[in-house]
Amino acid sequence: MTQLWDFTGGIHPPENKHQSTARPIRKAAMPDRLVLPLQQHIGEPAELVVAVGDRVLKGQKIADVTNGMGVPVHAPTSGVIEAIEQRPVPHPSGMADWCVVLKSDGEDQWCALSPIDDYKQLEREAVLQRIREAGISGMGGAGFPTDIKLRPPRDRKVDTLILNGAECEPYITADDMTMREQAAEVVAGLKVMAWILRPSRCVVGIEDNKPEAIAAMRQAVAGTQIEIAVVPTKYPSGGEKQLIQILTGQEVPSGGIPADIGVMCQNIGTAVAVGRAVFEGKPLISRVVTVTGEAVREPGNFEVLIGTPIHHLLETAGMSQERLDRLILGGPMMGYTLTTDSVPVVKTTNCVIAATAAELPAPPPEQPCIRCGQCAEACPMELLPQQLFWYSKAGEFEKAEHLNLFDCIECGACSYVCPSSIPLVQYYRFAKGEIRTQRAEQLKADRARERFEARQARLEREQQEKELRRKERAKAAAEAQAKKQAEAEMAAADGQASDDRAAKAALVQQALERKKAKTAADTKEQPVPSSTEVADDKPDIEALEKQLTQAEAKLNTMQGMLDEARSQQADNVEKLERAVAKNHDRVQRAQQALDQARKQVAEEPASSQ
Amino acid sequence: MALVQQSSPHARRARPTSRVMLWVILAALPGLLAQTLFFGWGNLINVVWCIALALGSEAAFLKLRGKPVAFFLRDNTAAVTGLLLGLSLPQFTPWWVSGIAVVSAIVVAKQLYGGLGSNPFNPAMVGYALALISFPVAMTTNWAEAATLWGGAPGFGETLAKIFTGGQTAVDGWTMATPLDEYKHKIASHTSVEVLGHPTFGDLIARGWEWVNLAFLAGGVLLIALRIITWHIPVAFLAGIAAMSLAFGSNADQYAPLQLHLLAGGTMLGAFFIATDPVSAATSHQGKLIYGAGIGVLVYLIRSWGNYPDAVAFSVLLMNFAVPFIDHYTPPRTYGHHKARRGVPGRSGG
Repeated sequence: MTQLWDFTGGIHPPENKHQSTARPIRKAAMPDRLVLPLQQHIGEPAELVVAVGDRVLKGQKIADVTNGMGVPVHAPTSGVIEAIEQRPVPHPSGMADWCVVLKSDGEDQWCALSPIDDYKQLEREAVLQRIREAGISGMGGAGFPTDIKLRPPRDRKVDTLILNGAECEPYITADDMTMREQAAEVVAGLKVMAWILRPSRCVVGIEDNKPEAIAAMRQAVAGTQIEIAVVPTKYPSGGEKQLIQILTGQEVPSGGIPADIGVMCQNIGTAVAVGRAVFEGKPLISRVVTVTGEAVREPGNFEVLIGTPIHHLLETAGMSQERLDRLILGGPMMGYTLTTDSVPVVKTTNCVIAATAAELPAPPPEQPCIRCGQCAEACPMELLPQQLFWYSKAGEFEKAEHLNLFDCIECGACSYVCPSSIPLVQYYRFAKGEIRTQRAEQLKADRARERFEARQARLEREQQEKELRRKERAKAAAEAQAKKQAEAEMAAADGQASDDRAAKAALVQQALERKKAKTAADTKEQPVPSSTEVADDKPDIEALEKQLTQAEAKLNTMQGMLDEARSQQADNVEKLERAVAKNHDRVQRAQQALDQARKQVAEEPASSQ
Repeated sequence: MALVQQSSPHARRARPTSRVMLWVILAALPGLLAQTLFFGWGNLINVVWCIALALGSEAAFLKLRGKPVAFFLRDNTAAVTGLLLGLSLPQFTPWWVSGIAVVSAIVVAKQLYGGLGSNPFNPAMVGYALALISFPVAMTTNWAEAATLWGGAPGFGETLAKIFTGGQTAVDGWTMATPLDEYKHKIASHTSVEVLGHPTFGDLIARGWEWVNLAFLAGGVLLIALRIITWHIPVAFLAGIAAMSLAFGSNADQYAPLQLHLLAGGTMLGAFFIATDPVSAATSHQGKLIYGAGIGVLVYLIRSWGNYPDAVAFSVLLMNFAVPFIDHYTPPRTYGHHKARRGVPGRSGG
């Protein structure tokens, strides 16, 4: 018997799993068109390796990531690439992203496959490459590229490989049904991963509410060293950190990864995909999805091609459009609502709940928090949700962070139990988002400051260099002067030269005086107003008018700015006031100039006659 | 088709605050029943009067504050405050004394601080302490004599008249000092055996009081079983009293014995129903233990060396003061961390 530990907190929501386990896994009918998002994994989006109009075969790679982290995308059936366009993708925000639209040709014709029987003959690296080339990313939710996960850092030896079959979320039964029906495939894939990692312990954790799955898996692992650990049903035992604690008694360090304590968790669906990639050479082009909720007539699990629109899947399960109230992707605890049923199934889609209004009713209005502490009792991370809520609501993010806000796994246990029906998780998401934004802005501000300081330093340095050069020049000039003076003194000894110079100076003086006298006489002869700039010529009324309008416009703008600054009590009011006064003067001057010019123009015809 | 947009989780447990409070009220009923059986109609009349006044003043103040009246009244928290005061006050407390206690509890201690969830002090105990300090005579001489309903307790009409008209008829025969008061004053000149021989203490521990306390204990255990409260505060409370009694009060000729501390006075009502008010209590498990133990220690200190025969109200209020301090230093250790992050950001071990 495997030793088990408990994790603190946790809840027991109604399971609602029986609805979707009554029927075996069915194959969903193929839709006319498949919509394949280029980013279904964590990392960089894949880039297209085929062109619009190309015919592709089932299993053919249609997009790949060449730079950075990511996995390729494959055609789930044979057909023609119809378009590459923005389409709504599964995301809490309801956003659109680049998708390949594949029109099925109905032939479902496979590309050439290269299955291998004895993978142990290969290098581990070759098997990892095969897993990557099959487009496998974690199928439990996050979608982290599996081949990268299977390469832990060199200094982190994985001692315990955990296969997560807890499936603690209500409603979801995809892993349960997979284990029941494909236990051998699950174990085959697990064995490949164990061979890559060489852990000393390999354990499958399954909640005790899945007796059929436990029995099937026990049978499948008979004769191997793989343990089947039956864990008590308690949400969120399937959370990675919680399952690790249950099975090993260890805690993943805050901000760390399981490999830090020598543990790795893999998902049931991922194990199946790895097995298929190795033994059959097939890429990840389909997955098991639970379709349930009271708005569908025939809830159950389906083997669905990646890219199948949700509405197609719901039609297969017999959805009643009138009864549908909300559409949830994922479970009722951590899943998110969809804005449209046209989003496709992706590699991480494990469940679709078509819920009626009575099934998952809207929460009652939020009441004040009475600090009852039910949330703290339920929190599996041992946080103080009531304090986090208080700080998140008050915008005291620093305090929230201090109380380990970022350790929150958003499992929803606190919101589930809250008697005041406060959407706690929503508050935490908000606080996390605000903190991230603030950090990004801080980073930006820091960079700007660094840039500014560097510029200041450069300018100062240049100024100093300039100063230095100036001084050097001055020094050189002084020396030259001294030298010249010395020469002059030497010359002074010769009296002739000196007399010559005095005579020249007297001549220049005379010439200057003559010129002055002439200028004075000219001015008397032509008494033109000298105050205007257009004194010599005809005044340019048009130009002056333009000048005036411009000055007035500028004054208006300034006045507007001043009013605004005043109303907002800005600190630049004084500066603006000065600017307005200055512009006011300018307008007046322009007005005067214009008036004078007009007068002059009016008089001129008479005087010129 | 307009799909509902909602943030996760989509499922909720259906146990709203109103139902939590209703459970608190239900769990207190055995205690009220025992009070009525062993001390007559006084507590029941007090409870009804206090609840009515609590709801009335809450409604009036919600209206003044421009809050939705029905929405907040339905949460049953005002009713619980009224109930707790009704259960704590002496049986023959004049109507206006209990009225002042209730109104100050609801208006001053709760609504003026911002209403439900924002009060730093336990409202019922603010009302109680205010009445005790302002009207010490009314609050100490109106305890009913232990007389069962079937064996000599004043009738319903007489009790009602006593509370609401202050009729003096044969009152002295109806009231007496509480066992804790009696013991405290008599032990100076008598031995423990002599004091306990007085009819106030009856055949068991403290005539009538032991049943009342056991009934509240039963109600409290129900609340723990329903996970409405956790065990931390009541257990630490009782342990605090017990530890003090064992450490300082082992001489029964000097101090009241432990069983009297536990089963006389407002001990169980205080431990399970009053100190556990979540709004004004400490928040983490460790914090609750410190908070509860602090109340227990203070109760013992005031009972033994203070001027008042009982001390739940003062002790709870004093520890309410300490709650921000306790919370500051007792956050739990979060998963994945070596130790708890105490204190404030930037100035702590972590």
